[in-house]
Amino acid sequence: MLGRTANGVFWMLRYLERAENTARLLEAGFRMALTRDVATSEQEWRSVIVTTGQRRAYEARNGTYAGIQVFNWILRDRSNEASVLNMIELARTNARMVRAGLTREVWEATNETWMRLSEALARPVRESTLGSVLDLVRRQSTQVRGAMDGTMLRNEIYNFARLGKFIERADNTARILDVKYYVLLPAVSYVGSSLDNVQWDNVLRSVSAERAYRWLNAGRMDPRSIAEFLILDGRFPRSLAFCYTKVGSNLRSLARDYGNAAPCHAMLDEADERLREGDIDEIFDAGLHEFIGGFIARNQAIAAQIQRDYRFTE
Amino acid sequence: MHDAEGGVRSAYAQYCEWYGQQDPAVLNRKGSEAERTFRRTGITFNVYGEGDAEERLIPFDMIPRIVSGAQWRRLERGIEQRVRALNAFLHDLYHRQEIVRSGRLPDRLLRGNEAFLPQMVGFTPPGGVYTHVVGIDLVRTGEDEFVVLEDNARTPSGVSYMLENRETMMAMFPELFTHMRVREVSDYPRKLARSLAACAPAAAGKHNPVVAVLTPGIYNSAYFEHAFLADQMGAELVEGSDLRVEDGRIAMRTTRGYQPIDVLYRRVDDEWLDPLTFNAASKLGPSGIMDIYRAGGITLANAPGTGIADDKAIYSFMPEIVEFYTGERPLLHNVRTWRCAEPDSLAYVLANLAQLVVKEVHGSGGYGMLIGPTSSRREIEAFRAKLKARPENYIAQPTLALSTVPILTKAGLAPRHVDLRPFVLVSPAGIEITPGGLTRVALRKGSLVVNSSQGGGTKDSWVLND
Repeated sequence: MLGRTANGVFWMLRYLERAENTARLLEAGFRMALTRDVATSEQEWRSVIVTTGQRRAYEARNGTYAGIQVFNWILRDRSNEASVLNMIELARTNARMVRAGLTREVWEATNETWMRLSEALARPVRESTLGSVLDLVRRQSTQVRGAMDGTMLRNEIYNFARLGKFIERADNTARILDVKYYVLLPAVSYVGSSLDNVQWDNVLRSVSAERAYRWLNAGRMDPRSIAEFLILDGRFPRSLAFCYTKVGSNLRSLARDYGNAAPCHAMLDEADERLREGDIDEIFDAGLHEFIGGFIARNQAIAAQIQRDYRFTE
Repeated sequence: MHDAEGGVRSAYAQYCEWYGQQDPAVLNRKGSEAERTFRRTGITFNVYGEGDAEERLIPFDMIPRIVSGAQWRRLERGIEQRVRALNAFLHDLYHRQEIVRSGRLPDRLLRGNEAFLPQMVGFTPPGGVYTHVVGIDLVRTGEDEFVVLEDNARTPSGVSYMLENRETMMAMFPELFTHMRVREVSDYPRKLARSLAACAPAAAGKHNPVVAVLTPGIYNSAYFEHAFLADQMGAELVEGSDLRVEDGRIAMRTTRGYQPIDVLYRRVDDEWLDPLTFNAASKLGPSGIMDIYRAGGITLANAPGTGIADDKAIYSFMPEIVEFYTGERPLLHNVRTWRCAEPDSLAYVLANLAQLVVKEVHGSGGYGMLIGPTSSRREIEAFRAKLKARPENYIAQPTLALSTVPILTKAGLAPRHVDLRPFVLVSPAGIEITPGGLTRVALRKGSLVVNSSQGGGTKDSWVLND
């Protein structure tokens, strides 16, 4: 396959994944805003902006962190290059570019996602319509995922698509943890207070993990085990460990297919081992923030190495 | 659809019977369904010169254009003959130019003609094939009388619409296809792949030839078609930036390294093909491809320099060309054409501008032409000045008593002018013509211009297996 095609499917899936994760993040933020006072909810909206990495761009154009302003910026503002609308447009442009590498169903699902979201985001979103817009993002993402799963040949094209998806997802989960790490730091004075419970619950909601976590822990909340769940629990599909299992299996199948391993394989093995051998107490002792920062940097380095090893660009 | 006496022509009989039983409201609803399908499938084109790279649909009319089996067989023979002559003509033009020596074709048509490429002189493409894919534009002027309006030997486009229109019709009206025997078009991409592979250069060796489609990229107006054909052929869709010269071959950058290409179905015009040979500013084609081509390292389809055959002044000599190379009387006629380069013709054209269609000899896409009957006096006078200044740049044709076929409008069926572009594949193994082709229709009442860039639409074209 062409290196440009590998690049195209890799980024198509990264953008789709980012759009979907941003919608989940907004959903959690919105819920928080509905249940808290103005100051707390503005703080929450601010942390959503920080998580998407757009704080400077946002503050350059907006004076406050009012909810309606924040979610319109994140969803559809033309001056926000990381807006959901822009992510979907970029995903669709990449899909068009690699059209001959996709099944008709995957292409149509992606194109339809773009058509429906462009329509839904043609006008400003109100509080009363935010829910249905977020729902649309989630449903359309599910449709593309289903088409991928049901119709794509399990070959190198699929592997590059999956690599893009899980590298992006790992990055997104890590960023949410990074922004919220202070919430998870066990501060003696707050332990057990209902405020903390709501904050922790919100961390889980940001990655749609609240139900899985409650189910596994019978409703008990504590920051250490929340962090453990999102970093090390290989059963949860948005945890760092799960994402790296997938990155690993797709890289291994490329190595089998090509008959040799590339430098990115060794980098992944090393990073994966840190997660598999990882212990949450050690992570907290060494510093959660440092751990996550290191993870994000390694994740980026692996992505760049994959692009080099497989000749994504000249 | 109807003959001179107002009766239903036999090819349409069965269809008309079916149509009579349809509810117009349901048909109209199906029309908007089809449009949604086209949008979702992404069968769109970008309009040249529009700022915001807007994606548009080519309007689709759901009333099929039907050609009887007997009619088609006659057409097929004529097309085959014409395409055979075109390839022999191109070979001759780039070698001994016997046709010029014999005095049948004036030298002035080649001198200074930009479509004539000196780089092709003395070179024979692999398999001797110049026009791997040809589109012959036909119009019907009377009962069983089809004439050629234009030859497209350069890069005929629109075949994806032929294929998608049929898919759409089968999805909308399956019952029609179980009752009427319509000849299949869907194996076109497979035939194209086979035909291209049969033209592989010597350098390809014994393995299955590697075929790729070269596109200018996603912002090109025909990008959908490029991706569609690559997908259907199982070929890579490459851009200029994917290619470079490696060991005397053109190679594409794959995830495993550079891999040589044997046959490049290029949808990039000659001018942009090789910055080393043609337009130095081009990024659409790889530097050095013409040298590799001339050294036998790759096959280009269609061959560079075939555009000369699309020249409308050359077109006017097609009857002579067919006779010269095949030794046969032409089976397909041209539309009567006045060459404005000839004084008598020019005088006639100037005296009858209001009744004629005047075209630039190098023009395409329906641009730069005058349609006398629908133009204002001022437009005609402005054109007269251009014509007088450079008469050799124009040809003129009568506004034919073009036949019409019905389209579905809000008020029911209404007649509109159409043309038909059958697609022809040429390889050393022979000439293959897909039964049917692309029917383009001028949607505006009275209009004669069918180009999609000027408000034309398309229809499914049926050849009956009768």
